[in-house]
Amino acid sequence: MNKIVDKEFFSENVVRLEIEAPRIAKARRAGHFVIVKVGKNGERIPLTIASANPEKGTITLVVQRVGVSSRRLAELNIGDEITDLVGPLGQATHIENFGTVLACGGGVGVAPLLPIVEAMKKAGNKVITVIAARTKDLIILEDQIKQYSDELIVMTDDGTYGEKGLVTDAMEKVLQREKVDLSVVIGPAIMMKFASLTTEKYEVPTYASLNTIMVDGTGMCGACRITVGGKTKFVCVDGPEFDAHKVDFDEMLLRLNGYKEIEKEAEQNYLHSKDKK
Amino acid sequence: KDRTALVRVHMGEVDPKERILSNIEVNKGLTQEEAVNEARRCLDCPDPTCITGCPVEINIPKFVKRIEQGEFVEAAKVLKQTSTLPAVCGRVCPQEKQCEAKCFYKLKLKKDPVAIGYLERFAADYERESNQMSVPDIAANNGIKVAVIGSGPAGLTFAGDMAKQGYDVTVFEALHEIGGVLKYGIPEFRLPNNIVDVEIDILSKMGVKFENNFIVGRTATIEDLKEEGFEAFFTGSGAGLPRFMNIPGENYIGVLSSNEYLTRINLMHAASPETDTPIVSGKNVAVIGGGNTAMDSVRTAKRLGAERAMIIYRRSLEEMPARVEEIKHAQEEGIEFMTLTNPVEYFADSTGRVNKVRVQKMELGEPDASGRRRPIPVEGSEYEIEVDTVVVSVGVSPNPLIPSSLPQLETTRWGTIVVDEEKLQSSIPEMFAGGDIVRGGATVILAMGDGRNAAAAMHNYLQEKHNS
Ligand SMILES: Cc1cc2nc3c(=O)[nH]c(=O)nc-3n(C[C@H](O)[C@H](O)[C@H](O)COP(=O)(O)OP(=O)(O)OC[C@H]3O[C@@H](n4cnc5c(N)ncnc54)[C@H](O)[C@@H]3O)c2cc1C
Ligand SMILES: Cc1cc2nc3c(=O)[nH]c(=O)nc-3n(C[C@H](O)[C@H](O)[C@H](O)COP(=O)(O)OP(=O)(O)OC[C@H]3O[C@@H](n4cnc5c(N)ncnc54)[C@H](O)[C@@H]3O)c2cc1C
Ligand code: SF4
Ligand code: SF4
Ligand code: FES
Ligand SMILES: [Mg+2]
Repeated sequence: MNKIVDKEFFSENVVRLEIEAPRIAKARRAGHFVIVKVGKNGERIPLTIASANPEKGTITLVVQRVGVSSRRLAELNIGDEITDLVGPLGQATHIENFGTVLACGGGVGVAPLLPIVEAMKKAGNKVITVIAARTKDLIILEDQIKQYSDELIVMTDDGTYGEKGLVTDAMEKVLQREKVDLSVVIGPAIMMKFASLTTEKYEVPTYASLNTIMVDGTGMCGACRITVGGKTKFVCVDGPEFDAHKVDFDEMLLRLNGYKEIEKEAEQNYLHSKDKK
Repeated sequence: KDRTALVRVHMGEVDPKERILSNIEVNKGLTQEEAVNEARRCLDCPDPTCITGCPVEINIPKFVKRIEQGEFVEAAKVLKQTSTLPAVCGRVCPQEKQCEAKCFYKLKLKKDPVAIGYLERFAADYERESNQMSVPDIAANNGIKVAVIGSGPAGLTFAGDMAKQGYDVTVFEALHEIGGVLKYGIPEFRLPNNIVDVEIDILSKMGVKFENNFIVGRTATIEDLKEEGFEAFFTGSGAGLPRFMNIPGENYIGVLSSNEYLTRINLMHAASPETDTPIVSGKNVAVIGGGNTAMDSVRTAKRLGAERAMIIYRRSLEEMPARVEEIKHAQEEGIEFMTLTNPVEYFADSTGRVNKVRVQKMELGEPDASGRRRPIPVEGSEYEIEVDTVVVSVGVSPNPLIPSSLPQLETTRWGTIVVDEEKLQSSIPEMFAGGDIVRGGATVILAMGDGRNAAAAMHNYLQEKHNS
């Protein structure tokens, strides 16, 4: 049903999977995500739809191996089926011609940023994109992002590629230089927190796409809840994008660690059981 | 006369000390002898008031008579004329408030009513366990495609009835498992999954198609499905959205909705070492609320090894909406009941994990609109309880997925779908609806009854459409 038709490693831990999912390919918009479960005993994990090909009936996911479930998925090969795949979920990104859009992606956050950059460009915006990672090998989708960006700035923490520095360094430069009408930031929670603080200084409206822990992804469990502007919101149905300046990122950072110890232990066990085989 | 002298049967239960160590079903069911003896108590009343207490009007004296005669499979057949899931209802129906509350014994003799629920369960279990479940006769395929949205008891019942009448039925389910609350909500120790699976299997044999991982309104719209030839729809999408109390600290780690807690355990099997979904098995677990969902959560916590598993409920034991049997079982299992108590704030350690709840004592005032006495906070009565897991079980709201994808669909201000009371037809003529999405959080049997009535009405609607 959800057969993997193409697979490519961007780096040791980041893999792109193209998957047969004709209905989702047709229905999805930029900003949507899917929930994936690998194996009968698998966990349900959310992943953004990085791109889709409605004619071919496929969607593309970009997955970073961080724990058991993402590893199980990354280990599947071309021809394998994904046990469960459901979507498209979440609210689509609000796309219009805002003027100048500053799009910022950190780490694998660049994957969900890609469809937004594409849609913003097609809507007539001037798109300035910053992509950032710890080191050269972790920079992904550079060519694809470049295709839809008027300007692309690449940052690495260690200076092995592009400019040396953090995403916020590049953002500051752009924000000082010219008027930006909207910013979109996607990446690790800590990066989004500081990116959001940066645009707040310049009073630039900003969306962040939140990656909270989810179970069903349909509004049924509340695992994904988060405080936005003092109100509790469910990221899977109210989001995943929210006004970054209103998000309680500190609460989100804590909640993301809710199962940290169990997850670490599970990963150790998993790697260990694979070694034995 | 001699019939009324017999005493009501007692259902065997697994010892509380043993049962909290596993997910084993608590109620053991009746033996054949017990069932026949209990059936003997029924007076076969000329005016069987018990039937008026059953939302789907099962012919109770008739099926009980069959049990008395030892014709157990025949008894099950009588049940199935009106109820599609008797093995489920025999277990989870609030019988004490429905059929049994209207039994002659209870009404007139002031004695224990006939154990209608136990007998219903017995007949259905007998039929299943002796492999005598039959696939119902199906009318010739009429080629008309109908879609069912949601696979809870409403959707399953509807699907079965339409398949019997020859329709081409597809059930769409958002989750990866079929069964709705019967699967993800109600725990194994009260309703074993295999009972639901057997029913689903029969529906498959009747030609009903199941599409899991399919969210109507997202994966495809109603318009898309119409283009694919579906002529009418039944929405049984349930009341699956958890409510919270909006008190300080409710978003700390370790504070979960009962939906999340039960879904992790029942749908994702998180307690098994074989599965990847994590769960924290707390030592001090507080469950907020007094309904079936709260009881299921707190008893689950006990089974996961909690040292203290507590119910915190703002009214008294008498007002608790949970079934009497569940409260009794919970008490036997060592659940602590803190009634007339309400949480006001949660506290956490430096990692954001909840470690304390501040509660306030309540007293009961005048009855409110629901007829229950309104709880009023007692000033200065606050104190704190150590907790590491809190399960919030204070109610659910209707699932908004279908209403939000169909702006023309008329809904109430609570988000339930407005339907004609008899036909269960919505403001969109080809859309029927029933179960919790229409009633708010209700019961399995009411959801089933709606599925049944909607199938009858949709059949008329479609026949009229095709014959004119
Ligand atoms: C809307 C959304 C879109 C996302 N898109 C992508 C994407 O395109 N590519 C990508 O690589 N990752 C994406 N993620 C994150 C991805 O879901 C997690 O990395 C993944 O669930 C980790 O699971 P694991 O078992 O491999 O790791 P674990 O070791 O179990 O967890 C590692 C960390 O991942 C997070 N996490 C764990 N379980 C979940 C869960 N069920 N749901 C969400 N987060 C969880 C937690 O912060 C956890 O500490 C997205 C998350 C959300 C909410
Ligand atoms: C923990 C718990 C214990 C309970 N105990 C009892 C009890 O003891 N006795 C009793 O009588 N009642 C009990 N209830 C209540 C009872 O389970 C419900 O009233 C009943 O299940 C409602 O049935 P339903 O068919 O309307 O919906 P549900 O059972 O809620 O099923 C709805 C299904 O629709 C799916 N869905 C929603 N939207 C879509 C969409 N757009 N596309 C596809 N699928 C969709 C959902 O995923 C879900 O599976 C309990 C409920 C809970 C939560
Ligand atoms: S379905 Fe429920 S109410 Fe009706 S007879 Fe059976 S147990 Fe009683
Ligand atoms: S009311 Fe009680 S005794 Fe009379 S028929 Fe019904 S179950 Fe039997
Ligand atoms: S993931 Fe369950 S409500 Fe959002
Ligand atoms: Mg995991």
